[in-house]
Amino acid sequence: MLTLLVLVFPLAAGLVALVVPWRPWVGWVAAGADAVVLALGIALAVTTSRGHVQHSLGGAVRADALSAFMVLVIGAITTLAAIQSVRYLRIEREADRCTDRHASLYAVLVQVFVTCMLGAVLAANLGVLWVAVEATTIATTFLVGHRRTDGALEASWKYVVLCSVGIALAFLGTVLVYFAAIHPGGGPSVAHGVGTLNWTSLMAIAKHLDPNVMRLAMALLVLGYGTKVGLAPMHSWLPDAHSQAPAPVSALMSGVLLTVAFYALLRFKAIADAALGPAFPRTLLVVVGLASLLAAASLLIAQRDYKRMLAYSSIEHMGLLALGAAAGSTLAIAAVLLHILGHGLTKAVLFLTSGEIHQAEHTSEIATVGSLLARRPALGGIFGVGILAIVGFPPFSLFISEFTMFRAEADAGLWWVVVVALGCLCVIFAAMAGHSRRLLLGDPDDGTVAVATPRSVVAPLVTALVACAVIGVVAWPLQSLLHAAARVVAP
Amino acid sequence: MTLYLEVLEIAAGAVLVCAVVTLWRRDVRAIVTILAVQGVCLGIVAGDLAIHQRDLALGATALLVLAAKGLVVPLLLRRVLRKDPRSRETTPLVNIPASLVAAAALIVLSYVVSSKIIALDPSPATRLVPLGVATVLVGYFLLVTRQRTVSQIVGLLVVDNGIALVTFLVTSGVPLIVELGASLDVLLVVVVLQVLATSLGSRFGSFELDELTELHD
Repeated sequence: MLTLLVLVFPLAAGLVALVVPWRPWVGWVAAGADAVVLALGIALAVTTSRGHVQHSLGGAVRADALSAFMVLVIGAITTLAAIQSVRYLRIEREADRCTDRHASLYAVLVQVFVTCMLGAVLAANLGVLWVAVEATTIATTFLVGHRRTDGALEASWKYVVLCSVGIALAFLGTVLVYFAAIHPGGGPSVAHGVGTLNWTSLMAIAKHLDPNVMRLAMALLVLGYGTKVGLAPMHSWLPDAHSQAPAPVSALMSGVLLTVAFYALLRFKAIADAALGPAFPRTLLVVVGLASLLAAASLLIAQRDYKRMLAYSSIEHMGLLALGAAAGSTLAIAAVLLHILGHGLTKAVLFLTSGEIHQAEHTSEIATVGSLLARRPALGGIFGVGILAIVGFPPFSLFISEFTMFRAEADAGLWWVVVVALGCLCVIFAAMAGHSRRLLLGDPDDGTVAVATPRSVVAPLVTALVACAVIGVVAWPLQSLLHAAARVVAP
Repeated sequence: MTLYLEVLEIAAGAVLVCAVVTLWRRDVRAIVTILAVQGVCLGIVAGDLAIHQRDLALGATALLVLAAKGLVVPLLLRRVLRKDPRSRETTPLVNIPASLVAAAALIVLSYVVSSKIIALDPSPATRLVPLGVATVLVGYFLLVTRQRTVSQIVGLLVVDNGIALVTFLVTSGVPLIVELGASLDVLLVVVVLQVLATSLGSRFGSFELDELTELHD
């Protein structure tokens, strides 16, 4: 029942936006629905962290602790983005850059997008999971192109073509897993039907799946879902899409969409681990993880655009998640999940702040903005603190999750990976600190007065950063949930 | 039994032949027609398997494939072409003889890759899997070597048809609910691409993706 409500609320808000002409209250209804998702996510987390599994719709919708955790993350970040969306659309309407019809389209597509993500994490069937992830691409294409500039159109073309061909490989991988499941070697014979691709039935026969076919399948799945996660070398759509999309959409894409695709990889990795042993999936994830870190580090050095800087930082963090998953122990996966939450919150705050900066300064060039802290203290302050959080300073939770992931990697014998990764992190830290210094510090021109930012903008962003810091200091509200969720894919 | 196999072999082979022909022809209108033929062949593969296995759900899937890939998708692509007469010739990055040699190499590669799949279940249908894998690879080649928006959409659809062929041959199709969802996704992607291609065309004055150079590092 709870699981079904999670899907119904955002969809209903989308329907309201579809039938009612655009008014700000429609946006607030959407934000309310997303907040309900957050509340339901907490309720789900409480029940599932004790080991209960929730079902509805005849078992098609299923929530274990891992799904519940993802619902929680999606709920928190979509609420943040939905609040900011209302303001984004108001300013665009006032500047006459978008019509009422376009604002409605935006509101509808965001809710469809959120519902698809929730559908992906709540799907019992891994085929349906693929359908939902692909549907997110369709819903977000027009959102990426919402500003309808040349750059936005180009970015949405690249986005939809690259992600569709990438995720097609994941479908082929899913089909091969299905093929292996209906021909288990020596194990119990399995009926050919809808249930075969269910998570529980796949996990039950995972040990008997043919290793040769599973190896091929896992490689295709890592490439396919990896495209959507933004892992190198399939990441080239990401900086364009994130820098061109409206800020709340970038926040949603970077904060949750990437990690929803990563969630799919975690599930399939658990099946591959049982069928193949941990070595093969680990090698794949280490390769794409390190490639992402190297790509992010090399492209961040000379970055001139603050939104693209944030986008490359997302590639970096997805690489860190891949390395954490490669370690594979329960502790490592718990840290991966904590990192998903911490990165999601912080990156959403950073993208939303960058959107405010862009709407106020009309440029995304770091050098052109300059001396932001003196001219817009609140925005500059939030951006600066967000950057500190994202590069891994304590007390924010990214520090503890990165530290734990590295420790788990070293325990798994991947100490050379840790060395390379730490080297990349140092380069990234230096690059991002330098860019942020130029963006935030410096003397403003004579006679400029500091502009205050409305409290309604500042409050949600500060709340999210404080939450991230609190989770970093006291993990207790999440500890049992993280442990239970990690046990789902790393027994 | 033999008729079932003959039809299966001819139709599956035709899917790959169509993929290679898309590399060979330069006229985009002709390529869209070939794509429709490929969709029909794919529908025949599914239909043949459905009759052989007396599987009603698979029969429904076959009809769905025929309608979506043989009719709706090609019609949508024709609408893009009608809006811009200049988009009718493709300008490949790799010339056509070289493309055909590459296609031959990709077909050999697909036999190597597929050996593991065939080893698990050496049934007559599974033995045809290399045809599907080769179609996927040729589709990717088309996608990366063509510059027109429409040619890129065709490349994407050839990849998708190849994956569908593999799916029918190895598992007689995924469960209907997944198939329905996947088909709907593909159809929507084509609609989205059609809308984008049209607005790119009117914005940049051409359907050449070469001119998309706004975003880079």
